[in-house]
Amino acid sequence: MLELRGVSKRFGGVVATDDVTLEVTKGELHAVIGPNGAGKTTLIGQVSGVLATDSGRIIFNGADITLLPAHARVAAGLARSYQITSIFRRFTVLDNLALAVQARSGSSFRFWRPAHAERALFDEARAIAAEIGLSARLDAVAATLAHGEQRALEVGLALATRPQLVLLDEPMAGMGPQESQAMIALIAKMRERVTVLLVEHDMDAVFRLANRISVLVNGRVIATGAPAQIRADAEVRKAYLGEELAA
Amino acid sequence: MRAIAVFLLLAIFPLVMQAMDNLFYVSFASRVLIYAIAATSLNLVLGYGGMVSFGHAAFFGGGAFVVGILAVEGLRSVWLAWPIAIAVAALAALVIGAMSLRTRGVYFIMITLAFAQMIYYIFVSLKAYGGDDGLQMPGRSTLGFGRLGNDLVWYYVVLALLAAVLYAMHRLVHSRFGRVIAAIRENEARAEAIGFPVYRYKLLCFVIAGGIGGLAGALIANQSSYVSPSLLHWIQSGTLMIMVILGGVGTLWGGVIGAAVLLGLEHLIADYRIGWLAKLAPNYQDHAGLAVGIVLLTIVMLAPEGIAGFFGRRRHA
Repeated sequence: MLELRGVSKRFGGVVATDDVTLEVTKGELHAVIGPNGAGKTTLIGQVSGVLATDSGRIIFNGADITLLPAHARVAAGLARSYQITSIFRRFTVLDNLALAVQARSGSSFRFWRPAHAERALFDEARAIAAEIGLSARLDAVAATLAHGEQRALEVGLALATRPQLVLLDEPMAGMGPQESQAMIALIAKMRERVTVLLVEHDMDAVFRLANRISVLVNGRVIATGAPAQIRADAEVRKAYLGEELAA
Repeated sequence: MRAIAVFLLLAIFPLVMQAMDNLFYVSFASRVLIYAIAATSLNLVLGYGGMVSFGHAAFFGGGAFVVGILAVEGLRSVWLAWPIAIAVAALAALVIGAMSLRTRGVYFIMITLAFAQMIYYIFVSLKAYGGDDGLQMPGRSTLGFGRLGNDLVWYYVVLALLAAVLYAMHRLVHSRFGRVIAAIRENEARAEAIGFPVYRYKLLCFVIAGGIGGLAGALIANQSSYVSPSLLHWIQSGTLMIMVILGGVGTLWGGVIGAAVLLGLEHLIADYRIGWLAKLAPNYQDHAGLAVGIVLLTIVMLAPEGIAGFFGRRRHA
């Protein structure tokens, strides 16, 4: 479904991603792990179209999207969530989600009819809210939500665009154990419907959720395989996992 | 409901003034309403769209010059000259916006300012159309029926247009397009990331505001049948900006309130001698600008969200 062929990105002299080749197949949850500064968020930025790619190609559903702007990639079925929560803070939860639904349902170059009169947008937004566990908070202004709720909304915004592939950039960032469990359950449910490329630091979550894992170190993929393979891989252990999995 | 009440009052106003034989205030009120349209159009980009344009005078003054030049050349029909003014202003907004909207923040402020000043200098150097001295029109635009020359009729024409602009704005900000604009102001990166081509939305918003600004320009040219190049000057952009900030950024009535308060205040300070103030500072009216500034500063400090905030309406989310 998604294919990265030799994708690279440099910031000045710093190489963030270096000749990354990676394939995400339809229906899988593919996790990308790696130490801080390995280039994971840069990679998400390149795939989502926020960052221009210096070299290499990005193929999505057979089409080359390397030069496509971010909004057009969403239209093609590729959505992302952010590591640092990026929501519409002064909008209510319902309006946040309805807006994301609106982005994928017909033209928004409509200037006269009140958007609030469009039942379909809000029905779908409510369905997404139920999915991410925010049904009770529909009318809350996003800025007033608890951290865990904001993280759920962050993922919900990506889901509301009806993606075929969703890029999750550290959805568990800054969460307590209880919130993490809720997020893991949410991701487990979502992967039944959509293909997921997950970047995450929480190893427990990654090994529970992923079908396949790629390990990124200094911008390069040093290994790709099933969780058990990655756990056993000597090079991976040396480069990154080390003590975290030794126990 | 409140809107209807306000417009009823505005509709009665000239009749009262006529009864009191004080037609100066009808003309003054027309002027305020025209500035209200101009400030409202700026509020669309500045308040709702979050684009701090410091070049709105280009569209306001531009619209005025289009109507003025057409009148001098013999085209005075409302039905032709005004739509042309709107179209030219919108086209100018398209060109200026297409380039300016590639930048953000301070750069956007500066580049819109630079474009507007460029247009100002072009018109100042157009000697055939008045240059420095401005352009005297042979008279107001013609309707084909009735007479716009009558100040009372003129007032009602302007009032009707303001009502139309406000109603259209109200519809616009609650439409799908308006929601996207609000979302872009709130979080541009995310708006793009959920699939909106942000640049196109901003540009269209800028063009619509430019067009309405052009309409206001067409009206101000007719107000006194005279087009001053100062309408294009950056101070004019600043004045419109002050009106929006004073009245309420991103509120429907912000532009109207701001225009009324600022012009009202200028008139009050320049043309009325306030007894107790005159005792304190006998020649305060020579420094009317300073006095207006002090009052504005006080208002903005007391009402950081603009005067519209006092009426309970919050910014549109």
